[in-house]
Amino acid sequence: MRKYVPKDNVQAKPYYTDRYWVAPRVPREAVEEGSHFASVVEVMTPFVKESYVEVGQLVIHIDAAENFDAIKTLKEQCGYTQCSEQSAVDYLAQDGEFELFYQFLNVNEAKRVRIVCRLKKDEAIESIEPLFKSANFAEREMYDMFGIKVNNHPYLKRILMPDDWEGHPLLKTYPLHGDEFASWYEVDKIFGKEYRDIIGPENRDPARIDRYDTKRFSRVGYEVPFGEDITQGEKEQPIEYSETLLVDYNKNAGKQLEKRK
Amino acid sequence: MAQHQVNYASAAGLPIALTSVDKLVNWGRSNSLWPLTYGLACCAIEMMASGASRYDFDRMGTIFRASPRQADVMILAGTLSKKHAEFARRLYDQMTEPKWVISMGSCANTGGMFNTYATVQGVDRVVPVDIYLPGCAPRPETLQYALMMLQKKIRRESANMKKNTKQNLRLV
Amino acid sequence: MQQPNKLTPFFENLNFERDDNTMVINFGPQHPSAHGQLRLVLELDGEQVVKAYPDIGYLHRGIEKMAENMTYNEFLPTTDRLDYIASTSNNYAYALAVEKLLGIEAPRRAQVIRTMLLEINRIISHLFFIATHALDVGAMSVFLYAFREREFGMDLMEDYCGARLTHSAVRIGGVPLDLPDGFIENMLAWCDKVDHEVKNTYEALLTENRIWKMRLEDVGVISAEDALNWGCTGPMLRGSNVKYDIRKEEPYELYDELDFDIPVSDRCDSYGRYMLYMQEIYQSTRILRQLVPMYKESEPQLMAHAPKYISATKEDIMTQNYALMQHFVLVAQGMRPPKGEVYVPTESPKGELGFYIKSEGEPYAYRLKCRAPSFFHTGLLQEILVGTYIADVVTIIGSTNIVFGEVDR
Repeated sequence: MRKYVPKDNVQAKPYYTDRYWVAPRVPREAVEEGSHFASVVEVMTPFVKESYVEVGQLVIHIDAAENFDAIKTLKEQCGYTQCSEQSAVDYLAQDGEFELFYQFLNVNEAKRVRIVCRLKKDEAIESIEPLFKSANFAEREMYDMFGIKVNNHPYLKRILMPDDWEGHPLLKTYPLHGDEFASWYEVDKIFGKEYRDIIGPENRDPARIDRYDTKRFSRVGYEVPFGEDITQGEKEQPIEYSETLLVDYNKNAGKQLEKRK
Repeated sequence: MAQHQVNYASAAGLPIALTSVDKLVNWGRSNSLWPLTYGLACCAIEMMASGASRYDFDRMGTIFRASPRQADVMILAGTLSKKHAEFARRLYDQMTEPKWVISMGSCANTGGMFNTYATVQGVDRVVPVDIYLPGCAPRPETLQYALMMLQKKIRRESANMKKNTKQNLRLV
Repeated sequence: MQQPNKLTPFFENLNFERDDNTMVINFGPQHPSAHGQLRLVLELDGEQVVKAYPDIGYLHRGIEKMAENMTYNEFLPTTDRLDYIASTSNNYAYALAVEKLLGIEAPRRAQVIRTMLLEINRIISHLFFIATHALDVGAMSVFLYAFREREFGMDLMEDYCGARLTHSAVRIGGVPLDLPDGFIENMLAWCDKVDHEVKNTYEALLTENRIWKMRLEDVGVISAEDALNWGCTGPMLRGSNVKYDIRKEEPYELYDELDFDIPVSDRCDSYGRYMLYMQEIYQSTRILRQLVPMYKESEPQLMAHAPKYISATKEDIMTQNYALMQHFVLVAQGMRPPKGEVYVPTESPKGELGFYIKSEGEPYAYRLKCRAPSFFHTGLLQEILVGTYIADVVTIIGSTNIVFGEVDR
């Protein structure tokens, strides 16, 4: 049987793990009294579930259903007039939720606020495009990459992937090299399924080398046409491993039991 | 020679270069290769730099043309993503004979450092390539060297061109 | 919906045969206006654009997904390919984000060198902007002149880190190399040359040029509220009379010690932005000249001292045993930053380039999002192109200075 590979997170895992490592946390400070951030938290109090200051920026956790109202308050009453960025983080394997974040900038005070909310797997989120038009492209990208549907978006369509792509690439269940649909996409699109055999599968192994090709690699100035014989008479020999240094313990396999009594 | 096709390969068994006619045609073709501006990513910047003031590309007789009908060489410079692959093939098909392809940079040769779901692993899955040019990004002098290699390759071509398509027109 | 097959193109939601008088044209992903792979579907009424729909994603390479599968140090050269015209600015933005996550600071000399590299990259990027913008609008000789200066700048970068275009010149925690001999003299000579050329060639050729002014004035007008709403940053924002530069407002590196001005234009159109870029080149050369004495006074430490996260210097690795062991662990396993998230904005030549990194304590980032200025500027095109003539479309695309490595990541 093959080894069990968990399918809920197919990203690469570090090769060496350290079971006794306890990761420290990025320091979080409480919001200071009387600072600009304190006034922001005060205005947003009906929405705030949790708030702290991390790396000089205020982070506010809200409920996903109230995102439009919370962001409207932030924009109109606290003066955060630019939405720098918004995206999602995939926590489906651990919690079954996405964590969405919005990053805002106040141009007059030069301060940044991050609004974080959690969204369950099949829930949709309200678009903030009426407030910030930068959300137009950013929410489309979130939909394209994660499959998070956005309500009341003017044009929710795939933006970075082709229109007929299947799958949402940035989910943790999507492999880096792409699933089967992805690997044959261009062949199917341009030539048709019949050409899969003619063109052949992709070579996804970056470390594939041909032992003789590296030795006979053509030098600059002495290029030859493709397919010409550059072996110079050398015949290919199989690799011979040493019998003394590398002992094959399985060669004389274990004793076969005689007939069981 | 201009009127009918003589099948030298089947007659003599070897591709024979008809000397003076062939040399003239190949000289003309190789010394005025007009590339199609097909800059996709970072290699496009190096392609532009090779056409700019220090590494002048015009001395090879190249003029960058935007329309595929007027171009001879397609220099695929940069990463070809799967969304774009269809258009690369279409532009290649729209180019008129004779045409060649130079694949510039690691991303065009084999997908490069982007071993991901959205990158075509090598432009030769989609168009037939004549010269592969390694580098990330290759220097402009490397691109010019590649073009010179392509010129050498063109000059070696014979009268009996059993390349990929119908090559009925020889001297007309 | 059309059934796509090999013969008919797949253009969903677009209806090319119309009853009214508008014509739909496709400004396809390959076009000679050297900005990369932008596909604009324009609906024209005569010569005026009625609706513009930018279609991006032709250079999507999955860089954010790659970051989830590679260690932090391994990912640094990939950030080069985002804004490939000024590569060190992306490297630096990423390195700064990781440093803020780790809570370390680069030593003094590394900060000086990094600021120098950033400003050199800013000048290189602005020269590229003027070259391609002028080429698009029609002033083709400026392309060749600007590339001449740009080649000298790329020579400087090649002297330092060995690569002309994709530098990877900055590491997490500092810089890997000290400045080579003669770098400072070459750089000062180049600054003088750039100042002289910008004043006497580009500005002399373009600024008072009647054709240039007619093509660029009142083209691509964005008001300040629109610019903020659409997420414009950098020169697009400053060209619309909003005085905001991250180098001054949220300073990083040595920008709070340096003396420079922020040019702001109240014209809100392409001509104002063009003047802004020229003025920024002067400010960058001013910064570079101030950095030279700071370099000479700094101690020669190039990488931060944080043994848990950053390897020691090469001399120590080659001679001390523990340094070698730690280096091996950091390279093979990767460095494990603290758990948490961080968003760090920096001022790249195109705008606000920020990296959002969420880490779970693993050597691979859990989520990395790159906030690319060009992505939002491309979104802006939907609104700003309406009502302009088709010749202005090319001018506006050039004026927004979009790079597709960043837009599509």
